[in-house]
Amino acid sequence: MSPSVRLQEMIRVIRGARTQGEERGVIQRECAAIRAQFRQADNGTRSHNLAKLLYVHMLGYPAHFGQMECVRLIASPRYNEKRVGYLGAMMLLDEKQDASLLITNSIKNDLSHSSQYVQSLALCTLGCMGSAEMCRDLAPEIDRLLRASNSYIKKKAALCAVHIVRKVPELGELFTPASRSLLSEKNHGVLHGAVVLITELCERNPETLEQFRKAVPELVQIMKGLVMSGYSPEHNVAGISDPFLQVRILRLLRILGRNNETASDAVNDLLAQVATNTDSSKTAGSAVLYETVLTVMDIKSESGLRVLAVNILGRFLLNNDRNIRYISMTSLQKIVQTDHNAVQRHRGTIVDCLKDQDASVKRRALELSLALVSAVNIRSLMKELLLFLSSCPPELRAHTTSGIFNAAERYAPSQRWHIDTILHVLTTAGGDVRDETVPNLIQLITTATELHCYTVHKLYRALIADISVQSLVQVACWCIGEYGDLLLRGECEETEPVQVAEDDVLDALETVLQSHMSSPATRGFALTATMKLSTRITHNVDRIRSIVSIYGSCIDVELQQRAVEYNALFKKYDHMRAAVLERMPVIDKSSPGHTNGESAGGSIKEMEPTKRTQEVALPQEPANQVCDLLDLLGGSGEPPQPSPALSTTALGPVSSTAGGDLLDLLGGLDVTPVPPSVIVYEKNGVTLKLQTDRQTDTGMTITLTATNSTDREITSLTLQAAVPKSVQLQMKAPSGDVIPAHGLGQVTQTVLLNNPNKVSLKMRVRVCYTSQDFVCQDTVQIDSFPSPAW
Amino acid sequence: MVYREMSALSGSLWTNIKNKRCGELMPIRQMYFLLLLSRQGKLRLQKWFTPVTEREKKVTREMTLMVLARPPHSCNFLLWRDLKIVYKRYASLYFCCGLEDQDNELLTLEVLQRYVELLDKYFGNVCELDIIFNFEKKAYFILDEFLVGGEILETSKTAVGIAMEEAETLQETMEEYMSKPTY
Repeated sequence: MSPSVRLQEMIRVIRGARTQGEERGVIQRECAAIRAQFRQADNGTRSHNLAKLLYVHMLGYPAHFGQMECVRLIASPRYNEKRVGYLGAMMLLDEKQDASLLITNSIKNDLSHSSQYVQSLALCTLGCMGSAEMCRDLAPEIDRLLRASNSYIKKKAALCAVHIVRKVPELGELFTPASRSLLSEKNHGVLHGAVVLITELCERNPETLEQFRKAVPELVQIMKGLVMSGYSPEHNVAGISDPFLQVRILRLLRILGRNNETASDAVNDLLAQVATNTDSSKTAGSAVLYETVLTVMDIKSESGLRVLAVNILGRFLLNNDRNIRYISMTSLQKIVQTDHNAVQRHRGTIVDCLKDQDASVKRRALELSLALVSAVNIRSLMKELLLFLSSCPPELRAHTTSGIFNAAERYAPSQRWHIDTILHVLTTAGGDVRDETVPNLIQLITTATELHCYTVHKLYRALIADISVQSLVQVACWCIGEYGDLLLRGECEETEPVQVAEDDVLDALETVLQSHMSSPATRGFALTATMKLSTRITHNVDRIRSIVSIYGSCIDVELQQRAVEYNALFKKYDHMRAAVLERMPVIDKSSPGHTNGESAGGSIKEMEPTKRTQEVALPQEPANQVCDLLDLLGGSGEPPQPSPALSTTALGPVSSTAGGDLLDLLGGLDVTPVPPSVIVYEKNGVTLKLQTDRQTDTGMTITLTATNSTDREITSLTLQAAVPKSVQLQMKAPSGDVIPAHGLGQVTQTVLLNNPNKVSLKMRVRVCYTSQDFVCQDTVQIDSFPSPAW
Repeated sequence: MVYREMSALSGSLWTNIKNKRCGELMPIRQMYFLLLLSRQGKLRLQKWFTPVTEREKKVTREMTLMVLARPPHSCNFLLWRDLKIVYKRYASLYFCCGLEDQDNELLTLEVLQRYVELLDKYFGNVCELDIIFNFEKKAYFILDEFLVGGEILETSKTAVGIAMEEAETLQETMEEYMSKPTY
């Protein structure tokens, strides 16, 4: 019975096992047999046993006892044993295992083997799982192979070099000369490997990047050759000659042309040629076209080319293939900030994609639609978004609601529309909204003084229809408590009034109080609302008194406390009741980064800066600022504008947008001149403070300040920062890297954050410094940023 | 040396893997893994291009469930944690690739297509059983002639097949060759 049949036999047996337990039993027996075999001397079946073990490993069972066997097999002189040994090494021995170092020597020997297939095994393995030490040891060998060997080896050596450079970037310099000469190879495999290697080198080292810019003409030639060449059966995929190589060359040209006029000019023609000549009826052609578009958008290409690229994306958007629509939207997302108008032209198609069945396409369409919202299209787009919300998949609901709220806040054409939109969202998807929605909505309602009647009627209707959505119920209770008199009056201009009796209102509130669906917070709202009504209604005050006293013995401590206090208000402090339960003043909008809602100064209380078309109550600001305010609000209609919450944050560099002048206004106020800074790191006498200089709703500028209270100076200070994926980070040069001792000086560094997708901003900062001759490195996580100024 | 910023602060498992991958804070654009799954979610082939512990490998179970749940004719791309997953179903096998920030997902689809074609050519009308019973000899060895370290090694359709055949003949004759002394 030949061993290889036994492998297949084993597989058959395992597959034949009817239960998990049976399978486990079979495998345990086999593993025991394999282990025994491994301990024996070489009997010609080692490779087959290892193969069996690898199968077992793939099913998810432990196979670590095979590691040493891999090492032994790799060292074997027999080719088939080597082959399985190397395969085992790639599967079982990654760089985390100590045994992986043991194969370094074998690999070294095999790299100089006379048979290219043995060499290739070693190269392949090193390229897949080589650790940093192994890479350092063997890099010179790889370099040798890059220069003097046949194509078969050269291409493998090139990809092995790529892996080495990824593991140990300093070694990149070693490979630079060889990779340059590889560009003149004719063999596509080698050429492809060379392009990948050069890409890797250029991405990591700006000097190498400079060097390789000189190779741009050569790359253009190669690319032209591929595009114009006739049919080559070896490389042809759906009419495109070697799309893999084409895409890699385009990507390299993108990296070389980025931020460089000359390089970009040199490739303009080529890109135009590729864009027009490539047949995109199949995926291969689309892939090349897609890469071309990405390259055009990234380098300094001429405007005609950019227009062509956006048109291609538009064409992709209309394609039947979902994949192509998906990637088209991904790219449009990247350029929506810079080429906003071009993307707006395709808004209709994008909105249609919201109705697509596919979840991935829907997600992309949602992101893009939210980015396309503007003052002009807000009404129609919001209709579509609300329609989408009613049928969107659950994982997208939270994102959709927050996107809708942001858009509504920025571009609402009227307060009534804004309130209607929020109410619509709450009724459709109230369970998925952010926590701040309730206070935000309440604040919005209080400011819309002329709409109180309308709002309370609407909310009352919503409340009696459905009390399951907590956020909606809370807002409704609050409004009924506050404006109950308007509700009972029965007249309303904006909407059809409902004849509501006091009993009905109290019934509604009591239902909320007693319902098992209501959360404790909601019941708190309802109780307070009931109490407030005691000053707004005339006949049923006794009923309220009884409700309140019942809850004086409620199990929920919060409710109990409230009820007891309200009881006291009825009994002992009845004379104060009317005053205490009076109508609330207009609530001030608090900025997002701030935990309490204090205002910067009374003067900005009544401002609604986002709604340009709406009248703004002019605040009582210092006289010297009056002109600026009037001028500003004379109405420049440019997008984008800072959101209202953030306009209250003033200090810091004045931006050039209209919003900046608004901020300037507040610069005249005598608000605390120094923005608060938060200490984010304090150790070994080194303190790192963070303060926010400027904040808009798509980004912020912060300054990190490092001070030193020890009695020796701190040297080699470096700060590195990391942010969530969609946020862009730019760190300006620090003021220095030495912090004088005794707090006599400091080092500052400014960081700019651009957050176009408005994800929640977090940052991780790594601090490295040398203090008293030892190197320290720490990481701190910053979850919330201080507000820029109060 | 240019220090650039890390991507992804989601605290996910994959952030740790990416950061450990290289001592520096570099965005790495590459394929992280290639998995072949049966319709029941059983692994038929797994190739990892980055060091990953066994426990971390088990985390991909979540991803496989996502892929298997996709209806037919859906988009072939999805986001899982902070990786892009490109998958394609061929008969009873799902081919899944995990990518990091490779901008061109369409090309990855072509890579999967090419791999299937290579298997097909070599086996002659390959099916899942072929891959199961010949995983070590055929499926992996072909893969290693096509992809190394997550990058394409050979773009010619014929060269991979030729290399495989030559290596096979070598397997038989190597025994005799290797018994001679080497220097």
